[in-house]
Amino acid sequence: MTATTNAPPTSERSHGGRAAPPGKRRGLGDLKVAMIFLAPATLGFVVFYIWPTLRGAYLSFTEYSLLQPPKFNGLANYDRMIHDSFFWNALGVTVEYVVINIGLQTVLAVGIAMLMYRLTKSITVRAIILAPYLVANVVVALVWYWMLDVQVGVVNTFLSWFGIDPIAFFGDSHWAIPTVAGINVWRHMGYTALLVFAGLQTIPSYVYEAAEVDGSTEWKTFWRITLPLLRPVLVMVLVVTMIGSFQIFDTVAVTTQGGPINATRVIYYYIYERAFTRFDFGYASAMALVLFAILAVVSLVQLRLLRARESDLA
Amino acid sequence: MSATSTSVRQVSVGRTVAWVLLFILLIVTLFPFYWMLRTAFSDNTQLPGHPHSLLPVETTLGAFKRVLGLSSIEEAQAQGGSGAAVNFWLYLRNSLVVATITTVCQVFFSAMAAYAFARLRWPGRDKVFALFLAALMVPPIFTTLPNFVLIKNLGLLNSFAGIILPGAFMTPFAIFFLRQFFLGINRELEEAAMIDGAGHRRIFFGLIIPMSGAPIATLAILTYINSWNDYFWPLLVGQQENVRVLTVALGVFRSQTPQGGPDWAGLMAATLIAALPMIILFLAFAKRITNSIGFSGIK
Repeated sequence: MTATTNAPPTSERSHGGRAAPPGKRRGLGDLKVAMIFLAPATLGFVVFYIWPTLRGAYLSFTEYSLLQPPKFNGLANYDRMIHDSFFWNALGVTVEYVVINIGLQTVLAVGIAMLMYRLTKSITVRAIILAPYLVANVVVALVWYWMLDVQVGVVNTFLSWFGIDPIAFFGDSHWAIPTVAGINVWRHMGYTALLVFAGLQTIPSYVYEAAEVDGSTEWKTFWRITLPLLRPVLVMVLVVTMIGSFQIFDTVAVTTQGGPINATRVIYYYIYERAFTRFDFGYASAMALVLFAILAVVSLVQLRLLRARESDLA
Repeated sequence: MSATSTSVRQVSVGRTVAWVLLFILLIVTLFPFYWMLRTAFSDNTQLPGHPHSLLPVETTLGAFKRVLGLSSIEEAQAQGGSGAAVNFWLYLRNSLVVATITTVCQVFFSAMAAYAFARLRWPGRDKVFALFLAALMVPPIFTTLPNFVLIKNLGLLNSFAGIILPGAFMTPFAIFFLRQFFLGINRELEEAAMIDGAGHRRIFFGLIIPMSGAPIATLAILTYINSWNDYFWPLLVGQQENVRVLTVALGVFRSQTPQGGPDWAGLMAATLIAALPMIILFLAFAKRITNSIGFSGIK
C-alpha cells in the first residue's frame, strides 16, 4: 500500500530496469522523477490525511482534554455514546435533516434539470441556477436568517398576505430542522440540477425518437425512459449529496446553534461542541469515527447500486 | 442534446407552464441576492416600518460605513449598530491572503502529483493513486480533530500558516481532476520533446502545464471559491482578529448584533462584502464554472 516509502535504493534502479517485464519500456526508470514530483503532495497527504486518520482512530479510545496527554480508556467512549441521549438526539436530528434535504433537493433538481433540458440551452439560465452554490454557507444562512425573521422578515410578510400567521422558522422546534434543510436545498439544488442535466445529455436521442414514434406522451416518456436511464447518475448524485448533507454544520452554527432545545443539534455540531467548547476530545473523536462508519456504509451501498445498474443502457 | 426537440414545437399549454415554472425558479434563486442588496442600502432604524418595500428604505451607505469602520461608534449606535469595532477591510485582506496562497500552492503541488500519476511509469503507481483517492472517503470532521491538535502542538493556532497548511499541499480531488486531463495529452509530443533532450522538468513546465491551461484555471477558480467560503477550519484555528477571515467574521458580527433590534442593514452589508468577490469571480467565469460541474460530479 505504501509504495512511496518502499522505494528501492538507487543502486537497484538500473538493474531493475533491465529486468523489467516486456511491455514496461522503462521499468523503474521514472520512479526517481516520480518521487520528486510527488514529494509535496505526499507530505501533505501523510501529515494532514493519513496521520490524522490513524490518530483520530486512536484518540477515540482515549480520554483527552487537550491539556494533558491522551489517556487510553478502551471502549469507554463508545459505551458512553450508547447511553448518551444527546448523541441519539443528534443522530435523529441529522437523519431528519438528511431525509428532508435530500428528498426535496433531488425532486427539485430533477425538475429543474428537465425544465432546462426541454426548454433552453442558455448558459445564463444555468449560471443563475448555480449562483447560490458559489456563495458561502455562512452568507446564505445569514440572508435567510434575515428573510425568515419572525417579525420583520420578508417571508412572513409575504405569508401574511395569504392570511398565514407569522412562523418562527428558527425559534419553533418543529420548524427549525425543515427550515435549515430548506435553506440548504436553495443553496444546492442548482448544483445538483446541473449534475442531473449532465446525465440527461448522455441519454442517446434515438431512445427518445423511438418513444416518439410509438406515440408516448411526455409524461410517460419521463417515467418509463428518462428516469430509468438516469438511475446511475441519480444514485451517484444521491450519495454525493447525502455524504455532504450528513456533515451539515455552518448553517446551524450561524443561525440556531443547536437550539431551540436541541432541535437542530446535528451530529457535526454536537461533535464540534464536545471537542471545542468542552474539550472532550476523545469522546468527540469516537463520535466522528461513528459518523465516518455511517458514511462508509452509505458509500458501499452506492457501489452496490451502481454495479446493479451497469447494464441499464445496453 | 436537443436532438429530441429539434423539430420546432408548437406553442403548447404544457410548454408555457414549463416556462412559467422555470421563471419562478429563477426568481426564487435570485431574490435573496436582491434582498441582501436592498437591505444593505437601507437605513436600519427605518427597516421595521417597511418590511416589504422592494426598494431600499431611506437609501443610505450608512451600513457599509459602519461595517468598514468608517463611522464613529456613536454614529454606528445611532443607526442600530452594536458599537463594537468591526473592520471588514482587515477580514477581506485575510480572506484574500488565505484563499490566494491556498489556491496557488494546492493547484501547483496537485499538478505535480497528477503529472507523476498520469505521465510517469513506476511500479505501484496505481496503488498509490488508489490510496490518495480513498482519502476522499474520510469525512473532514474526522481528520479535523487530530489536525487541530497537530496545529496547536506546532504552535500555529491563530496564524496564517495554521489556516493554510492542511489545504496547501493537495486534495485528492485536485489530483484526480488534473490527472484526467494529463492522461489525455498526446504522448508523441512528449517523446518529440524528449528526443530534443528535454527532461521531465521541462516537459512539465514547458509542455503539460501550458497545454492544460483551461483545466488548471477551472480548478484554480473552484479551489479559490471553496477556500474563500470555508468556515469550519478557520473558525477553529483562526479566531484572532489579525488572521480572522470573512466567513468567521460574519459569524462573530452576527452574534454581536443587539438582540432587540438587530443591525440587519449592517449584517447584510457585511454579507454582501463577503460574497461580492465570489459573485464577481462567478460573473467573469460563469461559463467555465458551469461547464465543469458535470465533470466534477461524474467521476
